[in-house]
Amino acid sequence: MAKIIVVTSGKGGVGKTTTSAAFASALALKGHKTVVIDFDVGLRNLDLVMGCERRVVYDFVNLIQGESTLGQTLIKDKKLDNLYVLPASQTRDKDALSHEGVEKVLNELSESFDYIVCDSPAGIEHGAQMALYFAEEAIIVTNPEVSSVRDSDRIIGILQSKSRLAEQGKAVKEHLLLTRYNPERVERGEMLSVQDVEEILAIPLLGVIPESEAVLKASNQGVPVVHDSESDAGQAYDDAVSRYLGEDRPHRFLEKQKKSFLKRVFGG
Amino acid sequence: MSLMDIFRKEQKSSASVAKERLRVLVAHDRLRHNGPDYLPQLERDILEVIRKYVEIGEDDVSVQLDNQGQTSILELNVTLPDRKD
Ligand SMILES: Nc1ncnc2c1ncn2[C@@H]1O[C@H](COP(=O)(O)OP(=O)(O)O)[C@@H](O)[C@H]1O
Ligand SMILES: [Mg+2]
Repeated sequence: MAKIIVVTSGKGGVGKTTTSAAFASALALKGHKTVVIDFDVGLRNLDLVMGCERRVVYDFVNLIQGESTLGQTLIKDKKLDNLYVLPASQTRDKDALSHEGVEKVLNELSESFDYIVCDSPAGIEHGAQMALYFAEEAIIVTNPEVSSVRDSDRIIGILQSKSRLAEQGKAVKEHLLLTRYNPERVERGEMLSVQDVEEILAIPLLGVIPESEAVLKASNQGVPVVHDSESDAGQAYDDAVSRYLGEDRPHRFLEKQKKSFLKRVFGG
Repeated sequence: MSLMDIFRKEQKSSASVAKERLRVLVAHDRLRHNGPDYLPQLERDILEVIRKYVEIGEDDVSVQLDNQGQTSILELNVTLPDRKD
């Protein structure tokens, strides 16, 4: 039986797809058989972040409609043998995903995977609700910024009322992942701090991902940022996934980086 | 406004303004989406009553309902305008 995790946020452009790719890759790197699903119908881009866009033949909607088999539709990751990508459909029909269809696919995947990571589209409507409905755990991706925190709170409300577990009187396990964090700006009082966001959303903190040049570089190359193990963002995602799996890791990248002597002399 | 006031205004960081705004927003949203149906109207009525006496904005009243065992507690927060002393 696979564990179903949704990566969600309400607001767009906060780092859901980046997180889904990094999270799924890190789970696979740690030995867990993982599939990551793009629920963003019409705006497929997980395949780009995973670097498998040229190998997309069939998609999630084809699979649901029985036009392709699981074996034909899943794309094996180019780096990891135990990681697969299920691409979104480019159809313009936003309602192409149905509860029954999604459930059928998730059940089938559940038989052979340890983790199913669902990359949610933005918003709080049909697509986002479909991505979170079957989830047992949720990664709430939030930026330290008013509209993002507000939307996260809305999506938490939806998880608590409209998910399958909520309908059964149970709770989806929630994790806060604060991304695009800039400690310098927090120190100058220009950005909400981790504590501010934790206090308002009142869900447990899984990790903090710093604003990082490594993320753009990774998406340019189509290689999820956890493979860049030297980078701050790569390490922060690795920490977050280790914590998710029960390891005790201290939070890093919360403080302003002190410039090294050489950097101070030569700039940088 | 004195020079001290300008100085004091600048002391309040934009992050703390953001946090305050969020507190109000999130409380409103939660009430509207998760609370009993009558709460938004109750909130508007309370706003009207207070406005008879003090000039306050839409966001200055927040009503929250907490459930503790068998009892529900209605929490009412009213932010009055800055005192001019
Ligand atoms: N930690 C980060 N540092 C810098 N840029 C980031 C970070 N996380 C995400 N981004 C950038 O933000 C943009 C939106 O990210 P994406 O993952 O596509 O968000 P979403 O899926 O929520 O719409 C992308 O250009 C991505 O490269
Ligand atoms: Mg996305």
